[in-house]
Amino acid sequence: MRAKPILLMTAHRLAILAYIAFALFPLYWLLKVAVTPNDLLYSEGIRLWPSRATLDHFDFVLRHSAFPTFFKNSLIVSGSTAVIVTILASLSGYALSRFNFRGKYWLVALMLLTQMFPLVMLVAPIFKILSPLGLTNSLTGLVIVYTAFNVPFATFLMQSFFDGIPKDLEEAAMIDGATQFVAFRQIILPLTLPGIAATLGFVFTAAWSELLFSLMLISGNDQATFPVGLLSFVSKFSVDFGQMMAAGVLALIPACLFFLLIQRYLVQGLTAGAVKG
Amino acid sequence: MAYVARQDGLHARRPPLMKRIADGAAPYLYSAPALILIVTVMLVPLALGVSYAFRDIQLLNPFSGAFIGLDHFRALSQDQAFYRALRNTLWWTGASVFLQFLLGLILALLLDKPFYGRGLAQALVFLPWAVPSFLAGLNWSWLFNPVVGPLPHWFYALGLMSEPSNILSDPQLAMWGPIIANVWWGIPFFAITLLAALQAIPRDLYEAASIDGAGPVQRFLSITLPFLAPTIAITILLRTVWISNFADLIIVMTNGGPADRTQIVASYIFTQAFKRLDFGYASAIALVLLALLLAYSMLIVILRQWLLSKD
Repeated sequence: MRAKPILLMTAHRLAILAYIAFALFPLYWLLKVAVTPNDLLYSEGIRLWPSRATLDHFDFVLRHSAFPTFFKNSLIVSGSTAVIVTILASLSGYALSRFNFRGKYWLVALMLLTQMFPLVMLVAPIFKILSPLGLTNSLTGLVIVYTAFNVPFATFLMQSFFDGIPKDLEEAAMIDGATQFVAFRQIILPLTLPGIAATLGFVFTAAWSELLFSLMLISGNDQATFPVGLLSFVSKFSVDFGQMMAAGVLALIPACLFFLLIQRYLVQGLTAGAVKG
Repeated sequence: MAYVARQDGLHARRPPLMKRIADGAAPYLYSAPALILIVTVMLVPLALGVSYAFRDIQLLNPFSGAFIGLDHFRALSQDQAFYRALRNTLWWTGASVFLQFLLGLILALLLDKPFYGRGLAQALVFLPWAVPSFLAGLNWSWLFNPVVGPLPHWFYALGLMSEPSNILSDPQLAMWGPIIANVWWGIPFFAITLLAALQAIPRDLYEAASIDGAGPVQRFLSITLPFLAPTIAITILLRTVWISNFADLIIVMTNGGPADRTQIVASYIFTQAFKRLDFGYASAIALVLLALLLAYSMLIVILRQWLLSKD
């Protein structure tokens, strides 16, 4: 009788280990090829770790390629998007959390709708609208587009954080003579700081990952964000696997940092965004 | 609001007019910036896109732009590549959602019971979710590449392949490449949402059931599954829409090839707009996709209402 629980426990741990291996293996391989010297890449094809590791590929990518520019552009775009979205979403999320107003139902319906329809539909019309304004091939154009795409989901996320803060707090402040906006800014926002950090993280990750609109809207190397730069690098120099994967590892870093930041809020974020992934 | 707290009964003074206007306008002022942005950057282009579907819009042709009625839709009804993309979309969405859900549910059940190192295990298995989709696509296309990736060699060693070759260039198997990448990338999403739902189930129910002599399978079928059912339904429905629109992995890994075998409707729209710069035709396909998804989404709205009314 005692063998059964031990057997079950072992099976459970092994299953967990299998999942971890499946989740990490591709990333491990990315790192492995990135540190494999070129002369060993083909001779030691499927060894799990090269007999000799090198950081040459990282060195090359950082010093002799356009990747630092791509990295900087992506950082500017994702950072600005995250900040602007968080400001707008904390305002609209507050409205949804604290007020009952005419049209609220329609506002929520509109925001849900924007989460449902295929964004790829907007590729062509947005290009046509932005092009005469000089906002194609421009980081500003990308920031505007990404901000609009992420506001609805961030609004629901912020709303869920505001809902967790008791209403009495503002009411007490307003009895003491503060206006609602002052109460919002000085009492509620500071209490929502973890929620604000989570929203920043979610939006940053989403903007960092966006591919189709950056491919469509950006054409020059100077304004290219990381995905655009990496894909054009792949199609041009598809034999420099070491360098491509070193660049890939670099693209992974900010995403992983933000993942650590928002890990605690994943459930809230995924249920608020539901369709956002 | 100050005297609202002080007032007793119905005979309190009404607030001054200016204050009432300010109070009434407040929620609109809070939500205006977000609303304006959504309308100008999403709704206006959406309307414009719908109009493109009935116009001849080609970026490189300055004389295009005329209304051509239903010509695009007539062309579309003859377009074999479009029908193939529709079938591929069903296959891509069905296989991805099914595998993501199944593996995600198993993972959630595994993570539901406490064990030493659970926090770390959870962080590691959820990590793929944070990997940017373009990188996930590139990463998997490298793994499938016999030059630098191990997978073809492993498949060969297992006898699944007659020689180590790239499944992404095999018309029969190519779709499995993006599907596997998508499953890898999407398991955490299902696992996280299902885990949250699992942990909301009252534990004493399980104890009561075991006292009554229910085995693990019986407990799963009569407690866990009914409690999870609403979450499962809504997650699968939403995820289906999202994945059927999710073209990133396909664009990165195969670009629809070989011979359109991995082209889904969303990637077909993008290819028409991005490569052929035929915005009119791209918008016509998009409109058809929108109509199909709208029909499907009505189902979700109804289900959501039903769930909300149940609470």
